[in-house]
Amino acid sequence: MLKTKEVEFNYDNQMFFKFQNIDLNSNENLLIIGESGVGKTTLMHLLAGLLKSNSGSIKLFDKELNQMSSYQLDSFRKNNIGIVFQRPHFVNSLTVKENLQLAQYIANKNDNTRIESILKNLNIFEKSNKKTNQLSQGEKQRVSIALAIVNSPKLILADEPTSSLDDNNCSKVIKLLKKQATDFGAQLIVITHDSRLKKHFKKSIEL
Amino acid sequence: MNIFKLSIKNIFNKPLSSSISLALLVLGVGIISLLLQLNTLIKDQMDNNLRGIDMVVGAKGSPLQLILSSVYHIDSPTGNISLAEAETISNNRMVGSSIKILYGDNYKGFRIVGAEKKFIELYKGVIKEGKDWDNPYEVLVGSKVYEKLKINLGDELISSHGLRETGQSHDEGTFKVVGLLKPSNSVIDQLIITSPQSVWDIHETHDHDEHENEHEHDNREITAMLIKFKSPMNIIQFPRQINENTNLQAAVPSYEISRLFKLFGFGIETLSYLAYLIIIVSGFSLFINLFNSMRERKYEMALIRTLGASRFQLSTMIIFESLVLTISGFILGLLFSRFGVMFVSSLMEESINYNLNSLKILNEEYWLLGLSVLIGVVSSLIPAIQVYKMNISKILADA
Repeated sequence: MLKTKEVEFNYDNQMFFKFQNIDLNSNENLLIIGESGVGKTTLMHLLAGLLKSNSGSIKLFDKELNQMSSYQLDSFRKNNIGIVFQRPHFVNSLTVKENLQLAQYIANKNDNTRIESILKNLNIFEKSNKKTNQLSQGEKQRVSIALAIVNSPKLILADEPTSSLDDNNCSKVIKLLKKQATDFGAQLIVITHDSRLKKHFKKSIEL
Repeated sequence: MNIFKLSIKNIFNKPLSSSISLALLVLGVGIISLLLQLNTLIKDQMDNNLRGIDMVVGAKGSPLQLILSSVYHIDSPTGNISLAEAETISNNRMVGSSIKILYGDNYKGFRIVGAEKKFIELYKGVIKEGKDWDNPYEVLVGSKVYEKLKINLGDELISSHGLRETGQSHDEGTFKVVGLLKPSNSVIDQLIITSPQSVWDIHETHDHDEHENEHEHDNREITAMLIKFKSPMNIIQFPRQINENTNLQAAVPSYEISRLFKLFGFGIETLSYLAYLIIIVSGFSLFINLFNSMRERKYEMALIRTLGASRFQLSTMIIFESLVLTISGFILGLLFSRFGVMFVSSLMEESINYNLNSLKILNEEYWLLGLSVLIGVVSSLIPAIQVYKMNISKILADA
């Protein structure tokens, strides 16, 4: 399902990253772990099609990302990938529900029952009509998970979802992510420096 | 949810900065549209009352004053001229038709004009109730006069001397209302009209100190004479002949009115430059708003991109935000100008009994719409291009 080969990336000829090959089958989750500065975020952006590698190949769901145009990547992303960011971002002028409706609109979908079931599943249904800046930190994280899964992606990419959390919340969040992925039939790739997560994944690679 | 709705939500999310740009635009568009409306309405009104009058003959003085008093009935007359002299001119072969008018009295501020019956025909006056005058001291009343003063058929009006309410009243000068005129949207709406004989009579029986001339029959006077030529060519020569060879004054209304418009056209022009400046400033303020909000919102724009929106959709959102503001600014500006017209109209009706009421959209106002849209597009262009070129990966990595 995901196969990378000799992927290299450099920022303005200053920072150079060469990533090890990844081979991930369907129905497998993956933990990518590494210290700061080894290019974790860069790798995640490459997998999400937000960056293009300088050389090598990234094959995701049998599509070669390096051969797609920026427009095709946007379209591929909205149909296949959900992203959970280290720090949750939202459209501030919209409510929780409207944020999810916007995500659906972008992917040409319109399914309020799905939004309701996701929010109920994440236990934040009663916050539907709140503006996102009225939410607590934990609620924000759950809304950002909801945003990542609302369009039924086949792959969820999570960037440092637990780095700022204590042990208790860390394990809660990662369990929640895994549960959501299983519930909605998606695979999960977590990229982190947080070694506490190792025990939650069968498969992991170290950068 | 869609991009357009999102733009609107974004505008309402920043009510303060949005409303500053909006207010500037409303002001700019409003002032220009108000000037356009007033200019057009006053011109229409002036032209409407000019029909069929090629030249006005009256006493020497300011030609503009002569026109304003005897065509528009809003200024004091220049003085009186003798009936005999007026007759000589009206008998000239170049004159097609002439109407003699006389002033003297007013009733509660509305002028009582002694005029030949042709005067009412000139303005296509139609009697709504009652009949034409047959005897002296019988009057026809214009629509605004009877509406405002609640005058009915058969009422008796005691006139005051002069053109203002404060004049001395004639004890003997009691006019009888024999007819009410339909609204004609011309000057006769605000006049009380009677036969010339009535005005002569009232001033003969009551001797005034300020009247130096003897009140003998052949010394009768009129205030002015409205003239239509047989051929339009006469307009060049005939007025000059009168001005040079007689002690009367001839003035050409169309010429005087265009001179008047030139005079206050300068003020209108200056004011409209100022208004265009305000519109440009509103464009700048719009640009600064969008530029700032783009910086504040860079993470949410990156988010929208990662959700799969294209660069184009995001740029469209920015341009929409700008256009929604400028187009609503245009609409509110037009409303503002319409209220302005109604206000000015009510002021004018109080002071000079003129009424301006037309709320149609002028061609120039479609140009204003174009200008507003242009300002909207131009001020959002740079922010939209920046959003288009945004490096989402970098923004997200910096977070």
